[in-house]
Amino acid sequence: MKNGRIAVIARVSLAGLTLVLGLAGSAAAQDKPTANNWEMIRQSLFAGRTIDENAAAVLELDTPTRAEDAAVVPIAIRTKLPHTASSYVRKVYLVVDHNPSPLGAVFTFTPESGRADIETRIRIEEYTNVRAIAEMSDGRLFMTTNYVKASGGCSAPAGKDLEESMARLGKMKFRLESDVKPGEATLAQLMISHPNLSGLAMDQVTRLFTPAHFVRKIDVTYGGKPVMSAEVDFTISENPNVRFYFVPSGPGELKAEVVDSNQLKFESSIQVRPGKTAGS
Amino acid sequence: MRWLWLLTWLLPWPGAAGAAGDASPLPVAEVAPGVFVHAGVHGEASAENLGSIANVGFIVGERCVAVIDSGGSRAAGMRLLAALRKVSALPVCYVINTHMHPDHVFGNAAFVAEAAGATVVGHAKLAAALTARERGYLERIRQELGEAAAGTRVVLPTMTVSDTKEIDLGGRTLLLRAWPTAHTDNDLSVFDRSTRTLFAGDLLFVERIPSIDGSLRGWLKVLAELRRPEPAYVVAGHGEAGANWPQAVTRLHEYLSLVLDQTRAAIRAGRTIQQAVAEVGASERGRWQLFDDYHRRNVTAAFAELEWED
Repeated sequence: MKNGRIAVIARVSLAGLTLVLGLAGSAAAQDKPTANNWEMIRQSLFAGRTIDENAAAVLELDTPTRAEDAAVVPIAIRTKLPHTASSYVRKVYLVVDHNPSPLGAVFTFTPESGRADIETRIRIEEYTNVRAIAEMSDGRLFMTTNYVKASGGCSAPAGKDLEESMARLGKMKFRLESDVKPGEATLAQLMISHPNLSGLAMDQVTRLFTPAHFVRKIDVTYGGKPVMSAEVDFTISENPNVRFYFVPSGPGELKAEVVDSNQLKFESSIQVRPGKTAGS
Repeated sequence: MRWLWLLTWLLPWPGAAGAAGDASPLPVAEVAPGVFVHAGVHGEASAENLGSIANVGFIVGERCVAVIDSGGSRAAGMRLLAALRKVSALPVCYVINTHMHPDHVFGNAAFVAEAAGATVVGHAKLAAALTARERGYLERIRQELGEAAAGTRVVLPTMTVSDTKEIDLGGRTLLLRAWPTAHTDNDLSVFDRSTRTLFAGDLLFVERIPSIDGSLRGWLKVLAELRRPEPAYVVAGHGEAGANWPQAVTRLHEYLSLVLDQTRAAIRAGRTIQQAVAEVGASERGRWQLFDDYHRRNVTAAFAELEWED
């Protein structure tokens, strides 16, 4: 981007809320992302709508001030907004203003989620604002913004050992992080083994950018009902890791279906029953 | 050697130097007959130190000289070459890179330009690793050194080592050994058979906190193997190991094992990466220089590596 060898254009499509990533192999110089990115995203996603921009009291965004590793920046989004059948957090948007693809993730929740809290790890390409925007079922919008100092996270080669990573591609692990009590929000962790290649690291032999290959969609259901889904891109770190909540009403299957940018599909599930303890 | 790196602080540093003749020679110590080492300072790369934060050196044979790590910038490489020229007029036949990190490879450009005919040697995975990181590394060195980074560029190896290889400097043989993923995925050590001096590269850190950029578990395995063949003297990538090298290996092993055990325990207890970073290895603070700059990152890397253990 800075050297103008590639152009990376992230477009936010209103219809599908999906990300379109255009990678051009040559010349077309693209100015590096500017502070106007947020205005562009805001126009695309929330045109004409009011956003409560100082919502830290009801929407916590936990990020390091200075990231230890720009390719693995842990973030936590915690909501103190109501989450009931009639009023709940429908979506949480994660925007990293100065990343090559600024809309990093859109998480979708249902009343069966219990809570719209999310923890994951992201890549950050340069010093930037990171924003969490929560959208309530009645359409109200809340935003919390943190500034994070980190650089090079997207263009760093994925994988300290790419061969090992590719051999494990698509393997998933589910883990319950709290005891299961019927009707109560239960914390689960989903780990997906995937190099999540950004397409921004150079291949030595071809002198071309290693093709992008990343997880695009994660759908988690409990007993067949959606509890959390996420549209994501390479802003999410290698080996995507998501902690989220779901409410088990009784015994059932917690299932994840994952699709990546090469249309590869992976799935994994665990049986959940009340009384089951954390860590299993 | 200690007084020498004091001296490196006291001497005036030139800006980006031109030809070798213009660069002021880096102070070097002859640690064994024909084996010269410049001790890097324990800091981050800056315009003042020209990126000379790692130990670099050269070994003089009867026919030619091998440089082992070239320094953190072209300017630092020019200063190393000037030091070499004070000791020997023989041609530089090899520039050996112990791994991809900028403080070890960014002086290559000085030798390629000024000592034409020198072959750059590295681990079989070095070229891929450097190419993938080239843009970020160059951007960072320009930020850190400013104008003093002039002429600094990535020069890839043309001779690679995937297992072991011997090179001859005339009456003197160096044993090069490529290691499985440890500090990085492209660590290469150099053993001088005639003096039994081992250049361990960043497989060994002394005083300065190690950085994990490969595999924590792999590094612990490699540490156990470093002593074969048994060296008499060890040049670490950072800090002074010398003849007391077994203690230095033990100290590094203690740190890495502690990070391994505590991070593993945190993962098994369902702790998050943030919690692990805050908790793991706190007892090591005060035992390493630059601890606060690298330790938390090490725990982050360890966590990401270990959470996929079965």
